[in-house]
Amino acid sequence: MEEYKTITQVAGPLIFVEKTKPVAYGELVNVVLPDGSVRKGQVLDTSKNIVVVQMFEGTRGIDKSCSVRFTGDIVKLNCSKDLLGRILSGSGEPIDGGPAIIPEERIPIVGAAINPYARKYPREFIQTGISAIDGMNTLVRGQKLPIFSGSGLPHNDIALQIARQAKVRGQAEEFAVVFAAMGITYEEAYQFMKEFERTGALERAVVFLNLAKDPAIERIITPRMALTAAEYLAYTYDYHVLVILTDMTNYCEALREISAAREEVPGRRGYPGYMYTDLATIYERAGRIRGRKGTITQFPILTMPADDITHPIPDLTGYITEGQIVLSRELHAKGIYPPINVLPSLSRLMKEGIGAGMTRDDHKQWNDQMYAAYAEGVDLRGLVAIVGEEALSERDRLFLKFADEFERRFVNQGKYEDRDIETTLDLGWELLSMLPERELTKIERKYIEKYHPAYKKKTQGA
Amino acid sequence: MEVSVGEIYRISGPLVVAERLKARMYDLCKVGEENLMGEVVGLAGDKVLIQVYEDTSGVRPGEKVVNTGLPLSVDLGPGLIGNIYDGVQRPLPSLKEISGDFISRGIEAPGIDKKKKWEFQPLIKKGDEVKAGQIIGKVQETEVVEHRILVPPNVKGGKVKEVYSGSFTVDETIAVLEDGTELRMAHKWPVRIPRPYIEKLPPVVPLLTGQRILDTFFPIAKGGTAAIPGPFGSGKTVTQHQLAKWSDARIVVYIGCGERGNEMTEVLEEFPELIDPRTGKPLMLRTVLVANTSNMPVAARDASVYTGITIAEYFRDMGYDVALQADSTSRWAEAMRELSGRLEEMPGEEGYPAYLASRLAEFYERAGRVKTLSGEIGSVSVVGAVSPPGGDFSEPVTQNTLRIVKAFWGLDAKLAGRRHFPAINWLISYSLYTGTLGEWYEKNVAPEWNELRTWAMSVLQEEATLQEIVMLVGSDALPESQRVLLLVARIIRDFYLSQYAYHEIDSYCDIRKQYDMLKAIKTVNDWFYKALEAGKTYEEIEKVEGFDEFMRSKLEADYKTAMTKAMEKMKKSLGV
Repeated sequence: MEEYKTITQVAGPLIFVEKTKPVAYGELVNVVLPDGSVRKGQVLDTSKNIVVVQMFEGTRGIDKSCSVRFTGDIVKLNCSKDLLGRILSGSGEPIDGGPAIIPEERIPIVGAAINPYARKYPREFIQTGISAIDGMNTLVRGQKLPIFSGSGLPHNDIALQIARQAKVRGQAEEFAVVFAAMGITYEEAYQFMKEFERTGALERAVVFLNLAKDPAIERIITPRMALTAAEYLAYTYDYHVLVILTDMTNYCEALREISAAREEVPGRRGYPGYMYTDLATIYERAGRIRGRKGTITQFPILTMPADDITHPIPDLTGYITEGQIVLSRELHAKGIYPPINVLPSLSRLMKEGIGAGMTRDDHKQWNDQMYAAYAEGVDLRGLVAIVGEEALSERDRLFLKFADEFERRFVNQGKYEDRDIETTLDLGWELLSMLPERELTKIERKYIEKYHPAYKKKTQGA
Repeated sequence: MEVSVGEIYRISGPLVVAERLKARMYDLCKVGEENLMGEVVGLAGDKVLIQVYEDTSGVRPGEKVVNTGLPLSVDLGPGLIGNIYDGVQRPLPSLKEISGDFISRGIEAPGIDKKKKWEFQPLIKKGDEVKAGQIIGKVQETEVVEHRILVPPNVKGGKVKEVYSGSFTVDETIAVLEDGTELRMAHKWPVRIPRPYIEKLPPVVPLLTGQRILDTFFPIAKGGTAAIPGPFGSGKTVTQHQLAKWSDARIVVYIGCGERGNEMTEVLEEFPELIDPRTGKPLMLRTVLVANTSNMPVAARDASVYTGITIAEYFRDMGYDVALQADSTSRWAEAMRELSGRLEEMPGEEGYPAYLASRLAEFYERAGRVKTLSGEIGSVSVVGAVSPPGGDFSEPVTQNTLRIVKAFWGLDAKLAGRRHFPAINWLISYSLYTGTLGEWYEKNVAPEWNELRTWAMSVLQEEATLQEIVMLVGSDALPESQRVLLLVARIIRDFYLSQYAYHEIDSYCDIRKQYDMLKAIKTVNDWFYKALEAGKTYEEIEKVEGFDEFMRSKLEADYKTAMTKAMEKMKKSLGV
């Protein structure tokens, strides 16, 4: 390995090295500090004159006398089935005091793109036991469904509840959780770890921890490390892997920091113009592949700065992911858990994962009706604020009541309450029965007769 | 131009700088030891700037660069239909065969199968004069597509010396001209150069899509252009898929540009199953897919748009109506921005390059209804999805697109939130084709079509105005006649505009059915007002019998009977 002492410039997380042999784009770099400690970095730009290296652990203490070693290798993760149950740093080093990972394979963390022709469309319903998700925005295996949260909202509780309760009904298959923390606080990480330990999930989990105190630039590789581990477990060992990435906002901040240091032309709000592409290389590493048993389902969590869904981070994420679960501060303030606002929430893949044989035959139309009725009720609240409830027609008052009950009884549930899909759907029917039957325009007659409480009682009575 | 070899000087993501290389703009290069594909995008002093279509990790300065001297081109000939390509026309099934489930680098695969034999039937004979672009024979490519073999537009033509018929591969000679030119079934065409035609014709025939809101209120002409902007989750992709499924075009080219992998998989799994209502055969038999998903290399995303439109033009030249869907042009614009940033060009608005507007215009201008070189009439209609950040239509890509396209279908997150699909906002959308197409509708659908259409639109406009008042005083305060108008507007919205893409009956709505439905609404409207005049109250009218059946009748296979029956009930109940 050749060593250079030709650092000419240090700018933020970047160092510039001169007069090197040809260095590969993306190559892994070790920088030896005067005190003998070693820091890792990666080549961002290479030419015959100068090489730009981003330092994962920051540039504090680096001076022009440091020696730079180019390893000739790109960044890889030591992959093995033994990753399960281990806790690693944000750059893939064990930090749980256990032995080093003996690699069965060393895999580049920049995953190759799945050939769209090799993909298999996700359509296996995952029951999370949460009504607002199962009923309204159904999750399927191989989907990437982020939680758009805000600071102070219970997104971690929801993620944990999903990790705890998620199951594909009628199947007992091996599943694993890969958890990647990026820049979250020790407290938050502790909540996850404790819960994993308590439920025994840790044995089936791989944890990557980059906490708030850890170097920011390391966050650039943390999700890629996590997804490499997930892919290895899914495609080599047939695991169904649930990947939780939290918090993607911190990842994007790190991306912006590097972009600023490189003096790139900024896009919106100073984030680099290539952030969409960069995020896509993370989120698109979810899915199913024809002929392979394992799958990867992604649950990225991000906090929307100032609860603004049009902020570049949630905005670009929403354009890549297959829907989003949006949390609402208003519902949270009303004491509703999980505070999922179903109106802006969406699951793009649910249409194939619901219906007869998967959830229940009435689910699709039930879903349309629930949405339409709740949306109408929420709209009417605006009117009530102006003209008062008395000015509303009888019909409108029913919709208003529906919206309130929808939040209080349907969305609201316990942190340990695991509702199966039938319970969720029946609960919805109960709410719908508050409305006059003629208002249920989105549901066909046959389902009304089959599931509407008014008819159900009759059939049971007879 | 001869092949030239140089070496890499610098690598920065998808941008590679080469030196000691002879190159012209847009020459195709093979970069590095792995022969990654790239295109020359700039010349600066003795340096050549190349955008590379594949991931450049591991490539080093000093490695070789070979300039092929040819522009980026696509293979055009039998074998295109039903295929799925990446942005530079490599068939994804071939890539899977070579490199497995994940796409690795430096793979070459021809755009069309070079080994497959096709049954060629000549339409010319020895001694005939042929000219550039002429149809000289045909191949039954799929059950529904007759692939017409053309003299390449860049071949001068001449007298035919020999012509063969029988089974050939695309590279075998099927005819020889007097001057020795050999003609084959396939030819190459550079993607960035529009294929020539004789003249553009006015767009006077609608591209029927089977989507009520589009065909009735905001139609696109064959050879026309339309844009669908909307925030995420508002249904851009579903609308694009619906157009690809149900447009009455002979050929559909679908470009998945920087979008989700699963969406392309959906098309791949669904289209072979779906039956074209016009031919009774699977939709896949008329479809070409170009898929460059968001995680595939960004430079190839730029190329994918050109690859797609060149294939569309090729089928146009056979005299076919082609519908091209590009989802999403914003990803293409972002690819331009990213590459422009790497080239350190001076940015224009929001970091997009200054040439964004002209590139978009050039692309949409390749649409059109034309007289082809062979004298046939063919068309390329282009529908581009736009993904404005934060759903804000004032951003540069949306604005520059709207300056060019003639139909605008604005998607609305609020409509999507209440699950009104397609979530096209009828108050902000427009189509400049309604005027030129009016005559066609009158002739081919019904003489009163335009009148009905204008009436329905005016009800919706009036509703919007009344809604503002309702927001202030409540609907009870309105006079009864206006409350009836609101009720009729609700019928137009829920019965007519709302259309279920995933309902087997409602997914596609024939133009006849559209007329029947619209006519029915007008009839019901007239009854309502008549009843009102006769002394019925609004509450009585609202609770009219048969209303629910009427609203659901569109979902019946025999909608006409169901609708008539419901209307009879309503009529009786209203006493008119």
